[in-house]
Amino acid sequence: MYEGYENSGVLIMIVMKNVYKKYPNGVVAANGLNVVIDPGEFVYVVGPSGAGKSTFIKMMYREEAPTSGDVIVNGINLATLRNKRIPYLRRQIGVVFQDFKLLPKLNVYENVAFALEVIEESPAEIRKKVNDVLGLVGLTQKARMFPNELSGGEEQRVSIARSIVNVPKVVIADEPTGNLDPETSWEIMRMFEQINTRGTTIVMATHNREIVNTIKHRVIAIKGGLITRDEYGGEYYEG
Amino acid sequence: MKARTLSRHVRESFKSIRRNSWMTFASVSAVTVTLLLVGVFIVIMMNLNQLAQSIENDVEIKVIADPAANEAAIKVLVEKVRSTEGILEVVFSSRDEELDKMIKSFGDELSLYKQSNPLGDALYVKAKDPQQTATIAKKIDTYDYTYEVVYGEDKVEKLFNVLNMSRNVGLVLILALLFTAMFLISNTIRITIVARRTEIEIMKLVGATNNFVRIPFLLEGMWLGILGAIAPMLIISIFYFKLYEYWEQKLQGELLQLLNTTPFIFQLNGLILFMGIFIGVWGSFMSVRKFLKV
Repeated sequence: MYEGYENSGVLIMIVMKNVYKKYPNGVVAANGLNVVIDPGEFVYVVGPSGAGKSTFIKMMYREEAPTSGDVIVNGINLATLRNKRIPYLRRQIGVVFQDFKLLPKLNVYENVAFALEVIEESPAEIRKKVNDVLGLVGLTQKARMFPNELSGGEEQRVSIARSIVNVPKVVIADEPTGNLDPETSWEIMRMFEQINTRGTTIVMATHNREIVNTIKHRVIAIKGGLITRDEYGGEYYEG
Repeated sequence: MKARTLSRHVRESFKSIRRNSWMTFASVSAVTVTLLLVGVFIVIMMNLNQLAQSIENDVEIKVIADPAANEAAIKVLVEKVRSTEGILEVVFSSRDEELDKMIKSFGDELSLYKQSNPLGDALYVKAKDPQQTATIAKKIDTYDYTYEVVYGEDKVEKLFNVLNMSRNVGLVLILALLFTAMFLISNTIRITIVARRTEIEIMKLVGATNNFVRIPFLLEGMWLGILGAIAPMLIISIFYFKLYEYWEQKLQGELLQLLNTTPFIFQLNGLILFMGIFIGVWGSFMSVRKFLKV
């Protein structure tokens, strides 16, 4: 447990303190980020391409480590986290991508179960959890189908199911509607809303103006490695 | 590790071997050829070693005493030779015994010499370290009452040089071959890994430990090594048993003897299997390492 990051007795979900990130090629993707995200929040991360959105997101599940500063997720400081401990951090975080990242040779059920198999859950536990979560995302009927037999929206639902099957406290989504048509995007957003109402914190990087302006949540705008705007119920605009 | 996890890893590794059957075939063949060559080398080297040892053990210095020397002088010489540094044993053979030996090998005509034996007493000297034979022989030659000091001289030295050199060359070749096989296996595993990149990425994202990702690949490397070792083990064993049989019949009781089949051939098979497993596991370990930094 990381000391000093509690808000009136409640642990803060995500804290970034003076986070600076410089890549080996010289690009500075984070230039002093300071952010506090409470449990149960729904946060949009917006900004133009190359602004540092992806780095901001990747540092939360420790795909990237900050060059300096602290990143604390669920009480664990990722800046000092030993490489060996990373897998255990990731078990507390669900990640959803724009390109779904499903395994084409596994069917829907197996794709979701895979996330539990690799963390060595018991078969009985896996069966129960996977069936539950497939019901939640409405894919029980399609459990035996393979990714290439599904629509884009269905594929993204599988990937969401995989990210929440282990009941993480945070779900981090990197442009989850980027590859989907508008109608399907709304359907996926409803799913995230539903997950959020169960108390799961959601951090979502997005380019979708309509969604941000319609389903109002906190908006963090990033440009040039800096947070240029951080407002509750904010609008989507560049800058 | 849970038994369930282990059995999953084993299943995964078999699946991967089947999926990449051509690469599997290529690297198994590479291991087979390598281990076959290495095995043959070892057979030759071990037998050369054995030959060298038996020759080394047979190398002795023959010191012929001055036939004119009296008994007291001979005694002094024997004592002096006995006390020379680096001597393992000294066998005294009197002039009459020497003549008997000659008669035995050259025929009864020599019995004529029994009336007046022209030979001197002889000392057969063995060095503790056979490689020191020349030095010791030269030293003994300086003693009084020696008539002649005989040993294989430069022939023995040359033989030792050739044997030493062939041992070193063999060792270098073996290492080079093993390295090549390891490189080939590591390439095969790399191709398997590249094909399964997304899978590894997802595994790491949902919190699989490095070992969980790594073990199936290490097992795959191990299977490749074991598969590659089977043919060399069989071929070398059969060949050596046949050769040994033939050799025993043709050259019974001669100086040059092959190493006994037991335990040699079993030790060799164990070594080949071990080398197969080692290059397989190590080769795949090397290529997995690069892909685990997600």
